[in-house]
Amino acid sequence: MSLVTATIKRDLVIAARNPGEWLNPLMFFLMVLALFPLAVDPDPKFLAKIAAGVVWVAALLATLLSLDALFKADVEDGTLEQWLASGESLFAMALGKVFVHWCISGLPLTLVAPLLALMMNLPEEAYSALFFSLLLGTPILSLLGAVGAALTAGVRSGGLLLSLVILPLYIPILIFGASAVYHAGIEMEYAGQLGFLASFLCISITLTPFAVAGALKLNLSR
Amino acid sequence: MTRPAQVDKSNRFTTVSDLSVHDVGCERDDRILFENLNIAVQKGDLIQLVGPNGAGKTTLLRLMAGLNQDFSGEVRWNGQNIQSCFHDYARQRLYIGHLSAIKKILTPLENLRWFVSSWPEVKEDDLWQALEKVTLAGYEDVPCQQLSAGQQRRVALARLLVTPTPLWILDEPFTALDKEGVAWLEQQLAQHVEKGGSVLITSHHALSDIPALRQIELGVHK
Repeated sequence: MSLVTATIKRDLVIAARNPGEWLNPLMFFLMVLALFPLAVDPDPKFLAKIAAGVVWVAALLATLLSLDALFKADVEDGTLEQWLASGESLFAMALGKVFVHWCISGLPLTLVAPLLALMMNLPEEAYSALFFSLLLGTPILSLLGAVGAALTAGVRSGGLLLSLVILPLYIPILIFGASAVYHAGIEMEYAGQLGFLASFLCISITLTPFAVAGALKLNLSR
Repeated sequence: MTRPAQVDKSNRFTTVSDLSVHDVGCERDDRILFENLNIAVQKGDLIQLVGPNGAGKTTLLRLMAGLNQDFSGEVRWNGQNIQSCFHDYARQRLYIGHLSAIKKILTPLENLRWFVSSWPEVKEDDLWQALEKVTLAGYEDVPCQQLSAGQQRRVALARLLVTPTPLWILDEPFTALDKEGVAWLEQQLAQHVEKGGSVLITSHHALSDIPALRQIELGVHK
């Protein structure tokens, strides 16, 4: 078994033994979507109109919440140093870490979002658009977020810095993701938005691991 | 490509393992830690870096392990710059830093399994035996957070028994070990150099009993 697969397996075991780590963002997502209808005009028509945007913003912020810890523990306990010492590709390891992160943050969000969208009275036609836009969009959020997490891993309170670095990069994903769901809701074509998300995902998978690897190397060479 | 370290019938290392440092200098925060340093680590050498705190022992160790490239001069492995044959070099040397890279939520066995995942020739049985030899038999399935600091250090040091590398680079390995642990580690170091391996170590501990020992003093620069 190579170090990359061993690390993926190990991180999944750690997540399984430490459910608070990944349940927290999911709870946040649930609470936002449960509280929103109580705080605004409860008219179903009004809710249906804003549902797409609210679900996407909540998903984005929930992801952001889980990013801070992505590399922190590994930097602090010396795991990353051992990675670097092993001579294995940092690109593969970055991709592996992001994959695990998506499995415990983006994937559960994507799976529960259609259930929670019910509370926001999302139009029936928009459910598949919501599912697929999140399926394509959440991995991008994890990949871009990993760049920020790698840059701020060595900073004591990097959370704020991380948000500042990453939020501007998230905006296009939010616009296209929410617009896909909104357009599906008013029975318009939304393939274009999904196409944009898919192409952005391809670019992120190929490019962000380089940035993550570079940032981590920088963090460790002190 | 990469080949495992060659061991002959009498369990001696037969591969060439020659690490050398040429005219290496390093500066931190406008302070010269060392300059024009030349060190050769050959088969059967045990080299201890000594010097006061902040003299640059860890820095020198890390740059010799290839973890830090921020220095002048060159580090060579069998005549080649380590960065140009890093993957090969990484398979022939074991680096244990003072961060132990132990995941506290995992058991000693799971931790050890991750450490050796770059060496597919290591068997599961070897891991059990190694843990037994570091007197952790019976603790294989106990999460490391329930072990003492010394026991956690033993988990990290169990790697010495299972990774088949001729060169060991150890940063303060005696930290937190009890008397028996210190004696055991000294014996391992002596045996390793006896077998034709080489060891590079930083420690404030006196290693006078081992005949192959050479000391290099850092911290003479002001």
